[in-house]
Amino acid sequence: MASTAPSPYRLLGGRIPYVEGPLKVTGRAEYTDDIKRPGMLVGRLLRSPWPHARLRSIDVREARALPGVFAVLTGERYPTPFGVLPITHDETAIAVGKARYIGDIIAAVAAADERTAEAALARIRVDAEPLPEYLDPRVGLQKVAEPIHARGLAGTNIQKEVVQHFGDVDAAFARAAHTTRVRGVFAGVTHAFTEPLVTVAEATPDGRLTVWSATQVPHYLHRSLSEVLGIPMHRIRVIKPEVGGGFGGKSDPLPHEIVCAALALETGRPVKILVDREDVFYTNHGRHPTQNDVRIATDAEGRILAYDIDALIDGGAWSSFGTVTTYYNGVLAMGPYRVPNFRYKGRRVYTTKPPSGAMRAHGGTNIRYSVEVALDQLAEELGVDPFVLRTRNALPPNSTTVNEFRITSTSFLACLEAARAASGWDATFRKLPYGEGMGLGCGFYISGSNSPIHFTPKMPQSTVHLKVDMDGGIAVHSMQADIGQGSNTLLAAIVAEVLAVDLDRVHVQRVDSDVSPIDLGSYSSRVTFMMGNAARAAAEELKGKLASAAANLLDVAPEELELVPERFRLRADPSRGVSFLEALHRAMEHVGALTATGSYQTRPVGGSFKGARAGTAPAYSFAAYVARVRVDEETGEIAVRKIWAAFDCGRPLNRLAVEGQIEGSIHMGLGQLLGETMSYRGGRLLNPSLLEYKIPMPQQMPEVEILLVGGDDPEGPFGAKEAGEGPLVATLPAVGNALHDAIGVRFHELPITPDRVLRGIDERRKEGRVWKGA
Amino acid sequence: MSSPDRLRFRLNGQPVAVPCEGARILLDLLREDLSLTGTKRGCDLGTCGCCTVLVDGRPTLSCLTLAALMEGRSVDTIEGISPPQGLSPVQRAFVEHGATQCGFCTPGFVVTATALLRDHPHPSREEIVRAISGNLCRCTGYTKIIEAIESAARETV
Repeated sequence: MASTAPSPYRLLGGRIPYVEGPLKVTGRAEYTDDIKRPGMLVGRLLRSPWPHARLRSIDVREARALPGVFAVLTGERYPTPFGVLPITHDETAIAVGKARYIGDIIAAVAAADERTAEAALARIRVDAEPLPEYLDPRVGLQKVAEPIHARGLAGTNIQKEVVQHFGDVDAAFARAAHTTRVRGVFAGVTHAFTEPLVTVAEATPDGRLTVWSATQVPHYLHRSLSEVLGIPMHRIRVIKPEVGGGFGGKSDPLPHEIVCAALALETGRPVKILVDREDVFYTNHGRHPTQNDVRIATDAEGRILAYDIDALIDGGAWSSFGTVTTYYNGVLAMGPYRVPNFRYKGRRVYTTKPPSGAMRAHGGTNIRYSVEVALDQLAEELGVDPFVLRTRNALPPNSTTVNEFRITSTSFLACLEAARAASGWDATFRKLPYGEGMGLGCGFYISGSNSPIHFTPKMPQSTVHLKVDMDGGIAVHSMQADIGQGSNTLLAAIVAEVLAVDLDRVHVQRVDSDVSPIDLGSYSSRVTFMMGNAARAAAEELKGKLASAAANLLDVAPEELELVPERFRLRADPSRGVSFLEALHRAMEHVGALTATGSYQTRPVGGSFKGARAGTAPAYSFAAYVARVRVDEETGEIAVRKIWAAFDCGRPLNRLAVEGQIEGSIHMGLGQLLGETMSYRGGRLLNPSLLEYKIPMPQQMPEVEILLVGGDDPEGPFGAKEAGEGPLVATLPAVGNALHDAIGVRFHELPITPDRVLRGIDERRKEGRVWKGA
Repeated sequence: MSSPDRLRFRLNGQPVAVPCEGARILLDLLREDLSLTGTKRGCDLGTCGCCTVLVDGRPTLSCLTLAALMEGRSVDTIEGISPPQGLSPVQRAFVEHGATQCGFCTPGFVVTATALLRDHPHPSREEIVRAISGNLCRCTGYTKIIEAIESAARETV
């Protein structure tokens, strides 16, 4: 197993500190809000106080007349709709005609300073007619008086409906020895990254526009700016400084980014828009509030015969990634088990609330919770150990799911074995005293989306450029977006590994659309797999050029040479060789600086039915987590004491980063499980601050034992798969199932707050069910 | 204040006299007026700890602090805590242990940890957790931050 065997690589497989670490620990790393341009104006946004309203007129004359105000914009100026998915462009930079949630942008101001900008906002007169609020997605399933969007399905607020059926689910249920059902109810949660949303834009007299933004996907921002502002992409330059966390919340092109650029165009001056924390909460794009009904049929031994799933998804005001979300809430239930019959109905409904979107382990988190809790329930009803039940159902390597996902590598069985052994499961499960428990939860997630959004599959999803000049330093350009996960470090390490140089020879350049080749950025856990393969290919190409030059100097064939640190030498006679720099300088004769390009393109996988591409990936990660918990019967408080996290990310290339992703994922998963909630009264958020929206404190963080058991993936770079999102999903059901072992209560509603714990215990006792003698 | 519009205090060891309105917030003074952008603005409400600086050696939320109150006092920011070359032991430990991910909370943590280890060179794990509980991190789950501070403490034996 990869975890015990020494790495065959010089750097990869070790613990590689982040290359930008020294800049971050000294405060020298530059984030967007640190950028100050000469003559820069302050941009401010007027946001709707109405959840749903027709904007009859907006009078900006007084605001515009205020000294120090340089521009006031309303929606009509740039009305072209945009959105992250080309098929659902339903957003505008500033509301046109209607406001659709409290927080929707209805006007924007650029002024000399903050105070003037605020004063200008206060002088904007909006004549609005309130429209019906639609806060509950169930209401929007039928025809409504005032659909939130004209594009809703047949006069309803349904944004997307997915109906899929593979095999014969009814027949499977008819012959099943056992069936179970659960209804999961999930509150919305949000990313709560520490760096607020922020953009700086500057239009210059050469007809160009430069935009610096805290974004996970500079390329989508680039496209959206071009579409909405009506400027060709080549006249727009998008720069991504350091980004202070994203988790999906900076993956959509966001309206404030486009507004900031629009204000820069209008005023001819640089403009900064820093979105304050309250408005970051209102901008949301977090995990969807969801209700899912899951039915599972098995044979007498607990082998899964069928899943029947129905999901109702609260989308908020816009589509965002919602079409993908709607598919994912079904199809991401397809692993890590073999499911021979599958039926899914998913509906995502617009509501007059802040938009939901993609958040870490997008689309997979809620459905995996319900499925894993249902399987635990099944195991109990059948009298089968939860590990045995999972083992019986494990999806084999090199197989195809009923909905035609191509599964290549899976070390899921190894995950189960490792978690079971390390946690001492056999000696502990069901044997702890009342109030203490252990539970198992399993995970499965895409390692990148197989289909690029926006362009054909013939275009590479990732491209890496290298440049090396006489000094031997290697500059690396790529539009992959490091948002803290360590992708710059991995990019540098892969190049250094292939070229057998020290890490400090390799300089990863800041993302800049003028010079970085297109890559789809940081989301869907795609970067390690796709950028990693592109980086390897680029470095191999450069190595080939250097090897030819070295061979020329030594008067041998390139195939006779091997590259060791700083030296090409003859395999047959290691005493004969030339240095890296000698080879480089020979290669540069008559051509100058060397360049190389590598790219990664997904191969066609999956079926050909409608929606077949959703959830297809070049590889998948797998997980088996065991959680140990203690419940305080008096207060209802849950203490998660330890998590054994067995994870298959293929070969871990940077153990420090993989561990960091797993620990951070567990923290985020526990937040959703234990208390995080986007709480609303009407369309108004009750907790739009980091004080009231509580992410777990260090005191709540359990001990985490990480077990990396993945074997090499056949197509991943050096055998690697994703580790950024998959590590989150198993966290929630592991704890949920441990709570059942502790107090005999199944929790289907998240978050599991102390009052729900107490109510659960109370209800169990009222039903006369005794658990572990209590 | 000695002069109605000049604020005099020690900033990162050097005496300074800067124009300052009465309602100016320390974070704004540092970031906007003095271009000390290592101190981060995460919430403006004293909830995230990204803006932590030392005032007379004590970790202080600069977003909740009136700049005028710094008259005659001593303020140290992440820039002042960082040695002119290389890294401090706390900073080195943060790098080696992967305690930064996105890094936006990092200056605040480094400032807090530096003060902790100055006053308590050998803190227990519980003391570390208590000391950092005013600083939010959404990336790391705190695990590697705590490991880094423990490691820096061992180094200062």
